[in-house]
Parts: sequence; structure tokens; C-alpha cells
Amino acid sequence: MKTELMSANYAAARAVMSARVEVVPAYPITPATTIPEQIALLNETGQWPGQFIRVESEHSAMFACIGASSTGARTFTATSSNGLLLMDEGLHWATAARLPIVLANINRSISPSWNIHVTHDDSMSKATSGWIQFYVSSVDEFYHTIIQAFKLAEDERVLMPVMVNADGFVLSHTLSTYDYLEPEEVDKFLPPYKPPHWVMDPENPVSHGNIVFPEHYQEFRYAMHEGTHNAMKVYEEVEREYKKLFGKYFGGPIDCYKCDDAEVVFTSQGSVAAEAKDAIDELREEGYKVGNARMRMIRPFPVDRIRELGSRVKGFASLDRSVSYGYGGPVANDIRATMYNTKHRPIIKSYIGGLGGRDMTVPDIKEVILDTVKAVETGETGPEETWHDLR
Amino acid sequence: MVATKDMPLKEYVLKGNAACAGCQDMVALRHAHKALEGNVIQVVPACCTSVVQGLWPKSGLGIPVLNTAFPAAAATASGVRAALAAKGKDDTTVMVWAGDGGTFDIGIQALSGAFERRTDFLYVCYNNQVYSNTGTQRSGGTPLHAKTTTTWLGKKEPEKLLDFIVAMHEPVYQATANTAYPRDLYDKFLKAKEIRGPKFIHIFLPCPQAWNYPVEKGVELGKLAVETGYWIQWERVGTEFTLGRQSKRFQDPEKRKPIEEFLKMQGRFSHLFRPERQDAKIQELQDYVQYRWDLLMKTLA
Repeated sequence: MKTELMSANYAAARAVMSARVEVVPAYPITPATTIPEQIALLNETGQWPGQFIRVESEHSAMFACIGASSTGARTFTATSSNGLLLMDEGLHWATAARLPIVLANINRSISPSWNIHVTHDDSMSKATSGWIQFYVSSVDEFYHTIIQAFKLAEDERVLMPVMVNADGFVLSHTLSTYDYLEPEEVDKFLPPYKPPHWVMDPENPVSHGNIVFPEHYQEFRYAMHEGTHNAMKVYEEVEREYKKLFGKYFGGPIDCYKCDDAEVVFTSQGSVAAEAKDAIDELREEGYKVGNARMRMIRPFPVDRIRELGSRVKGFASLDRSVSYGYGGPVANDIRATMYNTKHRPIIKSYIGGLGGRDMTVPDIKEVILDTVKAVETGETGPEETWHDLR
Repeated sequence: MVATKDMPLKEYVLKGNAACAGCQDMVALRHAHKALEGNVIQVVPACCTSVVQGLWPKSGLGIPVLNTAFPAAAATASGVRAALAAKGKDDTTVMVWAGDGGTFDIGIQALSGAFERRTDFLYVCYNNQVYSNTGTQRSGGTPLHAKTTTTWLGKKEPEKLLDFIVAMHEPVYQATANTAYPRDLYDKFLKAKEIRGPKFIHIFLPCPQAWNYPVEKGVELGKLAVETGYWIQWERVGTEFTLGRQSKRFQDPEKRKPIEEFLKMQGRFSHLFRPERQDAKIQELQDYVQYRWDLLMKTLA
């Protein structure tokens, strides 16, 4: 393992090399663009020997991924925002075809208005598609989670695609040190991809995707659900092995900080979740029993971990950098739903903020947490969702 | 041209597929695959073939088939080709088998992109001039005055001149074919599989459902299309153009049968003859034949 100073996007390109990805179709969109740029350079200079397809749209990017993965190749692509939305048909195709594609999504606001900074609406809108979803908080975590994602996606019990999300600019274009692995080191962890289910091969011709009548369609969908669901258990194994081999561990589906005796826990996704540790430290110094639950995985949803936390805390302050327009923040809503079927009734407050790249600083996060602390003290649950810093 | 007795006996279009009676797609698929002899991965977007190929868990085709989304055939094929290249399996033909809707309309962006990237694959458009699979709505390939379920009184625009659009992408091989001439079609696939780079075969394919003619008349109609000069058989290797032997004599307008003979056989043009004869519209279609010949011979020949 070596260390270098790099942006998350360049680290993702390095992950493609480290994981011996065979095919990358990609189309430029800010702020994901420097991922395909760097992959092209690695390819043209012979450092990465795979096939790079300079497609003419994101829709074609995802379908080229589908073609390549169907033919047994390890496949990766990267996009953002409107690009992810243009891929939509392919995103759903990939899950139903059970293709272990890995996609780096650099979270960016959806237009209009044009805004290239972070909002999580792009990936959150895909939460029901079957894609396994991670949100990362550092360059190092982005790089290693992409490598782990292939192992998880290609596991026979899973065989579902994985989306690794990183905040636009905050991570994608900000330099940070991270530790990387040579392909020979990763080989110990990640063997070549051999499709265990089906593959396009003239030696053994099969048809994939022909018509299925109502008698069987539902069973295929159940199998998809099971695949995504299994990812929770399989990811535990993946992380354990990764830690053993490389000493890297990012905290499981929910990375908890000072949650053990916390009365109020702050949940969030992406880079804010790293910032939140400082807010927690300051609030602890001020005498508040608060903790930080960094949501790394939102699909499958870490139901058991949330219930375990929810059985001990009095309140969740749940921040979404996204909106389920008309009702709350998407992850806050999932936490509310998760706790309903338990006998515990912590206050679960949904906060929406940091949209369009607006800063969520330590004082902002403290304000959000203290609002929930107050709700716990007074027993007043307040509005269904609270827009933080709404002008 | 290949003799029928010299074509491989092995069948890749299997019994029990779900095609309509008289489906010319099956004729095209049968002869294409006899030429490719199984060393092919076939990508199929939404179209009639995605239905008639057979129902899960069975398959009506004895070759690997990858179904894909309507706009995405050429992009999917690009991925298949890249995966084969990554694995060093370069001798397999990657073939798109798409209808006119998936080619002229919703799939044209992906087609254009894949050709510009010089992808080594064969794109086949089997053109029945209508969205047959969804119930015969008009497509960009539907001819002028044809009735469809979205042009009840006849289409007001002529079809898109797809061959020219494709030609401007400079494919290494481009051909038109017609299921009324299966041996010629076979030869063209045989030739295409030996040439590396982006290739395009455009197959004229009468559809008894959409065109409304008796199911046994498909071959007769296909021949009439050529004899009236409506459909031109040609091929182009790089920029080297050859007029097909079936079409050669019909370059002379005098030798062509009147377009009326082709139109009269089809219910989709019945309003041009009943209750009153629409001479002006018939003449428009007649004139369009010469227009297309001129365009072809002046630009691609």
C-alpha cells in the first residue's frame, strides 16, 4: 500500500486500475468528468489495459456497461446528476439482469436551475431501483469502497450493481491523501469476475431477457430483492476480509461515533457526516450526550443497526441533502419507517439542508442537533420536516 | 450466389418460435444465421424479434441473444464488443438485430455513436416500415400515404432516407437486402462477417399484419418492391458501390412495373384506390421511386 495526494475522482480512476476493471464506458458530466478523463489517460499511456468506450450519452454508457457485463467483463462507469437520470432505463435494466456493474456517482444537483454542486436528489431518486448504495466521506473511503463494491456486487448471493456516491467538488475535486493498492495486491482480495449465472457466449448459447409471463415475473423480482437484501450480510464479510488484508475499515453500513451513551444521534450521508464529528466533539464539551451515525449504506437499508440505535436513543436528528418532495427527507423517512415496528419511540426529526452545495458547517450541524435535543426535552415533535437555513 | 444446396443444413431459428404466420423476419433470421454459423452474439432491442424469439425459459434461437432496451441496441453491442476485446475473443460477430423503430427513430443516436467510434459490429435493420410489435403505429420508416394506427388517413410524410444517414457514417460495409431473395441475403451476411469495422445491412421485410396482405404473399410483395423500383438492392464495400443483380434492370424506368401493382396488394394503401381512386397520391409515390433512384445513383454509386 502506498500513499498519494489526489482528488476523489482521480482516486476512482486509480481504483479502476487496481480492481483490474476490463471495460469502462463513460460520458462526460461535471463534476464526474475528471474520472473518465483520467481513465482515458491511464488507458492511452498503457497503465490501464482495459477497454475505454467514449460513448455519446449516459444512456449509452449504462447500456454499454450492460453489454460488457453480460459478456462477462468487470465493468465500471461514472456520472452525476442529469447523467444518472438519463441512465435511468439502464439502471433498472442492470438490476433486473443481475449485472454486477459498479457506478461512481458524483452527487450533483438536478436541473433546473443549473447547479453543479452537491445535492443527493440524483442518487436518492434511485433508491427503489435495486442498486446497492454507498455514501462516502473521504477520498480514501471512496477509493477502497469502489474496490469493495466489485467484491460485493459479484458475490453469487448478491449479483446486483453497486453505486458509490461521493459529494460533487467537496470530494470530487478536493485533494486529500489516500492509500492505494497495486493490482497485484488487490488480486488477493478480488479474483477475476466469472459470471455464476449467465453470460453471452457462442459456445454455450443462452437467451437473456425474453418474455416472462405473470406466472414467473414476480419470482424474478423477488430474487432481485433478495440479492440487494443479502448485500448487508455479505458486505460484513467483505469488510472483514478487507480489514484483515489491508487494515482498512470504514465502519460498516453505519459508522458510529460516540453513539454508545448518546441520547440524540445525528444521521447524514456524504461529506457532512465527516464534518459532524467536530460538531459532536464540541457539543460533548458543552455537556450534551450526542453521537454521529454516518450512514454509509442506504440500500439495502441497515434496518437492524437503526433499530439497535433506536432502542437506546431518545432522538434522531436526521439530515438529508435531498428531499422527497412533498414529504420529508428520504433517509429520515426510512428511519421513521424502520422504527415503527418496534416498541421504541425515539423522536425522529427530518432536516433538509445543504442543497445546491450550500455549506453545512459545524455551527449548522450543531444547530440541527440542538433542535432535536430541544424536541426531546420538551416532547414537542414539531414539523414533519425542517428546512435548515431557509432564507 | 450461393446455391441453396450449399447453405449449411443446421438451423439456428428453431421450431416453436412465436412469429406470426407469414413472418418474413424468420426468413431473414434463418438465412442470416446460416451464414454466421453460430459464432455470433445477437443484440435485440424492443421489436418483433424480442417477442417472436420464444418465451422464457425456452428460446426459439440457437445462438446467444441479449435483449436490450429500445434506444440502446448499438450501445449494448459496443459493450459486448469491448468485453470480447478485453478477453481476446475477436472472431465472434457482434450483431444488432433491430426493427425500423429501433433504428430510424429511438435508436438512431446510439447507432450514430457506435458507427462514429468505428465499432466492429454488424447492425441489421429489418424494416417492416412500422411499429408492428406495438400494434402498427407509424415510424420514421413508414412510407408516404401508408395507413397506420397513428396515421389513420395515411402518413403525410415520406420515410427517412436512412441508408444515406448511415452511409455518411462511412461504414466498412453497407448493403440492402430483401427476404424475397434469401440467397442474396445469405451472401451479404457471409461477406459482412469477414470484414472488420462498422457494418450495416438494411432488410426490406413485408409484414402481413401491418401491411394487410394475405400471409402467403410476402415473397411476391418483396419481389414487386424490387420490380417497381421501390426497393433497390445494392451493396457498398467502403466506397465501392455495386447495384444488386435483382435491381439492375430496373434502373431503367421503362422496365419497372408501375408502383400501383405494389400498392394495390396492401390494405395499408387501400384508401388510394377505394372508394375513389387518388391519382395524385399514387403519382406522388410513383415519382418518389425515381427520386430515390436518382439520389442513390448520384450520391452513393
